[in-house]
Amino acid sequence: MKQLDEEEVGGAVGRSPPRRDGPGKVTGRAKYLDDLTFPDQLWGRTVRSTVAHAKVKSVTFDPAFDWSGITRVTATDIPGENVVALIVDDQPCLADGVVRHCEEAIALIAGKDREQLEQALLHVKIEYEPLPPVFDLLHSDVAFKKYKIERAVETLPEIFAKAYRIVEGTYKVRHQEQMYIEPNAICAVPRPDGGVTIHGSMQCPFYIHRALQRLMKLPTEKIAVIQTVTGGGFGGKEDYPSMLAGHAALLARKAGKPVKMIYKRDEDVAATTKRHPAVIKHRTAVAQDGTLLGCEIDVVMDGGAYCTLSPVVASRGVLHAGGAYRWPACRIDCRVVMTNTPPNGAFRGFGVPQTMFGIEAHMERIAHELGLDPLELRRKNALELGDQTPTGQELLWSVAAQEVLDAAVAKSDWHRKRHLFESEVTGRKRRGIGLSLALHGAGFTGAGEVRLKARAGVELTPRGCRVLAISTDIGQGTETVFAQMAADSLGVNFDDVEVAIPDTSKMPDSGPTVASRTVMVVGGTIASAARALQAALASFAAERYGAEAGQVTCREGIFYATVPDSPAERPLAPFGAIASAYLDERGPLRCIEQYAHPPGIEFDEVAYRGDAYPCFAWAATVVELEVDLDTFEIKLDRVVHACDVGKAIHPVLAEGQIEGGTVQALGYALLEEHFYKEGRVINTRLQNYLIPTSMDAPVIESVLVEDPYPHGPYGAKGLGELPMDGPAPAVVAAVLHAIGALVPELPVTPERVMAALEAAR
Amino acid sequence: MKLTMTVNGEARTAEVAPLKRLLDVLREDLLLTGSKEGCGEGECGACSVVIDGQLVNACLVPACQVQGSAIVTVEGLAAQGPLGERLSDLQRSFIEHGGAQCGICTPGMVVAAQCHLDAGGASTDAVLREALAGNLCRCTGYQKIIESVQLAAQGAR
Repeated sequence: MKQLDEEEVGGAVGRSPPRRDGPGKVTGRAKYLDDLTFPDQLWGRTVRSTVAHAKVKSVTFDPAFDWSGITRVTATDIPGENVVALIVDDQPCLADGVVRHCEEAIALIAGKDREQLEQALLHVKIEYEPLPPVFDLLHSDVAFKKYKIERAVETLPEIFAKAYRIVEGTYKVRHQEQMYIEPNAICAVPRPDGGVTIHGSMQCPFYIHRALQRLMKLPTEKIAVIQTVTGGGFGGKEDYPSMLAGHAALLARKAGKPVKMIYKRDEDVAATTKRHPAVIKHRTAVAQDGTLLGCEIDVVMDGGAYCTLSPVVASRGVLHAGGAYRWPACRIDCRVVMTNTPPNGAFRGFGVPQTMFGIEAHMERIAHELGLDPLELRRKNALELGDQTPTGQELLWSVAAQEVLDAAVAKSDWHRKRHLFESEVTGRKRRGIGLSLALHGAGFTGAGEVRLKARAGVELTPRGCRVLAISTDIGQGTETVFAQMAADSLGVNFDDVEVAIPDTSKMPDSGPTVASRTVMVVGGTIASAARALQAALASFAAERYGAEAGQVTCREGIFYATVPDSPAERPLAPFGAIASAYLDERGPLRCIEQYAHPPGIEFDEVAYRGDAYPCFAWAATVVELEVDLDTFEIKLDRVVHACDVGKAIHPVLAEGQIEGGTVQALGYALLEEHFYKEGRVINTRLQNYLIPTSMDAPVIESVLVEDPYPHGPYGAKGLGELPMDGPAPAVVAAVLHAIGALVPELPVTPERVMAALEAAR
Repeated sequence: MKLTMTVNGEARTAEVAPLKRLLDVLREDLLLTGSKEGCGEGECGACSVVIDGQLVNACLVPACQVQGSAIVTVEGLAAQGPLGERLSDLQRSFIEHGGAQCGICTPGMVVAAQCHLDAGGASTDAVLREALAGNLCRCTGYQKIIESVQLAAQGAR
C-alpha cells in the first residue's frame, strides 16, 4: 500500500453518522415528486407506438371525442429541434414520420382529470405502414459504435499455435430492468419569462438542462432543473428523464400550466431503458500450469433503436472484457448494434456486468477443462502493481486483487467448504461454492473527466459551510458523505455542514451522478474547495488576532494558531465567530474548484491505448448454494463479497452499497428476465418480472478492503457499481462446482441448469 | 360516500367515491403522502398501512371497505409530544443502521416491521425475512433492514 499524500484523516470521515435524509424518509415527510402539488397543475400522458418499425402515415385525434380541456402536442409543436440531446442527435423527442421501436412517443396529452386522459388515449388513432424490423442483435448490420483493443497482436498466431490448450466459449446475457421503486416522475412549470422550471426524480440535472435548451429553444438562464427526493435510479434515471422532461415541458408550454408526468409501473418498464443484452465470445490460449498466454474476445451488445448512451456503455464494457488478468497479448473487439427495441441505457455497472460475466464464466471453463483450481488460476493471473492492462495502462497504485481474494477466501471458509461439498455425493441436493474476481474502473472512462471539467465547491455559512454540487443523492447517501468530507476538510463538525439541493440555476456543474464518480471525483473536489475555504478564513483570522497567516488552522470548529518555537497551539476563536465576522465585514464567500485529473493519466481515444481510468476498485465474490437435482432449483445459502473501496468514507453506507448491489446482481444471475414479442416487452409488471424479495436474498457478508488511492479524497475510490460485477459469474461457478455443468447464460433458471447438465453428460 | 375512520388515532372524515383507493384517500383527501405508490397492484408494498391490526396494501383497498376502521400509516409511528416529534425505536434504528437508502420503500417497510413486532412476532432472520417479503426494496439488499428491525427489537426489550 502507498502512503497518502492527503492530509490526516479527521473527525467525520471513516465514521458512520446518521444519514442526513434519514428522518424525512422514516417518517414519510420526505417529498418525492408525487407528493408535491403545483397550482393549477395538469397531468400528462404519452401516446406510444404499438409497432416496432413503421412509417407513421397519420395521427388522428378522433373528432367524435370531446377534447375540450385536453392539451394535445405532436412533433409540430416543438419550438426548437426535435431531439433528445445526448451523444448523437438520432433520437427524436416525439416520433416524426417514422417509429423505430414499440412504445416510442408519438404524441402527448394533458388534462386535469386522469380518468378522462385514459379515455382520450384510446381516441388517438395512428396509421402505420410497416417496415421490416430487426430484433436479433447478431442479425443487425447497423453498429452505433465499434471498438478494438489490441496488445501484441502480431504474437497471437504463434501463441495460439504453441499453447498447451485453447479454450473457447460463448456467453450470453439479457436485458435487466433497473426497477427503482419510484417510477420516472417529472413536473414542468412554465414561467412568466417564457422559460421552464423542471422538478423531478433524476440523476443528472444538467443533462436535462442541456436537452431542453435544444428542444425548447431556450437560453440557459430560462431553464432551471431542480431535483426532488429520488426513489432510486441505478442508471435508469441517467438519461431517460431528459426525454420525460422534454415531454412535460412541451405540454406545459402549450397549456400554460404546470404539467406533471408520472409513469405507471408497466409504462416505465415497457418504455424506459434497460441493461444492454450481450453475446460474448472468448478464445484463450493457456499454458499447462494455467498461465494465460493470450486471448481473442468478441463482444456484441444490443443498443436498441437509438444510440443514447450505447457508445459509452460499450466502451466501458470492452475495457473490462479481459477481466482482472494479465494478458501478454490480446485482441478485443466490440460492437454495439441497432435493433428495433426500446433503447438500452445505463444500469449500475454500465457494460461491465456483461463482459465480467463473460470473462469470469470463461475462467471457470478454463479451470474445469484443464483440471485446475479456480482460485489458484485467478491468483496466478491476477493483475499486480506494475502490470499492464490490455490498453497498456500501467497500474501504479491501489491494486487489490490478491487482497480481496484473501479476504473473501478467509471469510467464506473456502478451502474447507470446497472439499466438504465435493465429498457430498448422495441424496437429491448438491452443494457448491464458487468465486469470481472483478475490477471496476472508477470515474469516467478515458478522457471523460478531462473533457467534463467538473466543478463543485462550498460557500461559507455562519456555522460552517454549504456544499454546492449538482451531484444527486438517489439513495447512496451523497448528502451525508459530502458533508463528512467537507466537515473534515474545512475543520468543522459534521452537523455544521449543509448540502444544498441540486438546482441548475444555483450551483456549478459537478457532472452527472454516474460512473462511481461521486465520492472520488466530486467529493475530492469538494474537499479541496473546503480546504481553500479554511485557508481564506485562516488568513482572515490571522489578521484579526495578530497571528501569521500560515500558522492558523481550524479543527473541529476552532481556529488555532501555532506558538512560535513551541509545539503548543493557542486557540483563537470558534469557527462561528470568525465566519460571522467575515460574512459581516466582507460578504459572501464561495470556493468553487475544478476537478484535477491525476497528472500523467492520459488516454488515446482513437488508438484505445493508455490509462482508461485513474484507478480501479477490486472485488471478490464467493457464493455458496444448493442445487436440487430433481427440480433444478437453486437455493442461495451464503454470499461473501470483499470489495476494495480505497477508503470507506462512511462504512455503513459503503456496506449498504455492497449489499444492495450484490442483491441486484443476484437478481440478474437467477431471477430477472424480460420476454419480448415482436419487439415489445411482455412482462412489464412486478408480478411477472421478478426482483429479489427479502426471502430470495441470502445473508450477505460484506468485507471492506481499503487499499488507498493516492489521488482520491482520504484515499477513496469509486464503489457504487463494483458490487454489481462479480456475483452473477460466482453463481455460475458455484453451480459448476455443485453439479459439474457450466451454465453459460443468464439468468440461471432451472431450465438452463437442466440444459447445461444434459449438455455435460 | 361519507367515509369516517380513525387515522393514526384521530377521527377523520372524507367525502369520497366508494371505490376510491384507500391510498388515494390518504394521499389526496387527508394529505398523508407518506404512503407511496410503487406499482398500484399490490406487488411492492410501498403503500403498506395497518387496518384494524392487519397489514394491507392501501392501493388494493376501496374506501368503502374501511368505513369505521382504525388505520395506522407511517405518519402515525413517531410520537408527538410537548417537545415535538419523537421518532420510534424502529425509525431511529433504520436511520442509524442503514435501513433506508432511497427511502421510497421505507414508509411501507417501517409500517410492516412495526406491525410484525406489535403482533409479538419474533425477530430472527428467517422470521423477519418472511414478515417483510411483501415489501420490495431495490437499494439495500434487505440486510440492513433486517438488522435495523432486529436491533430495534433488542433495544426495546
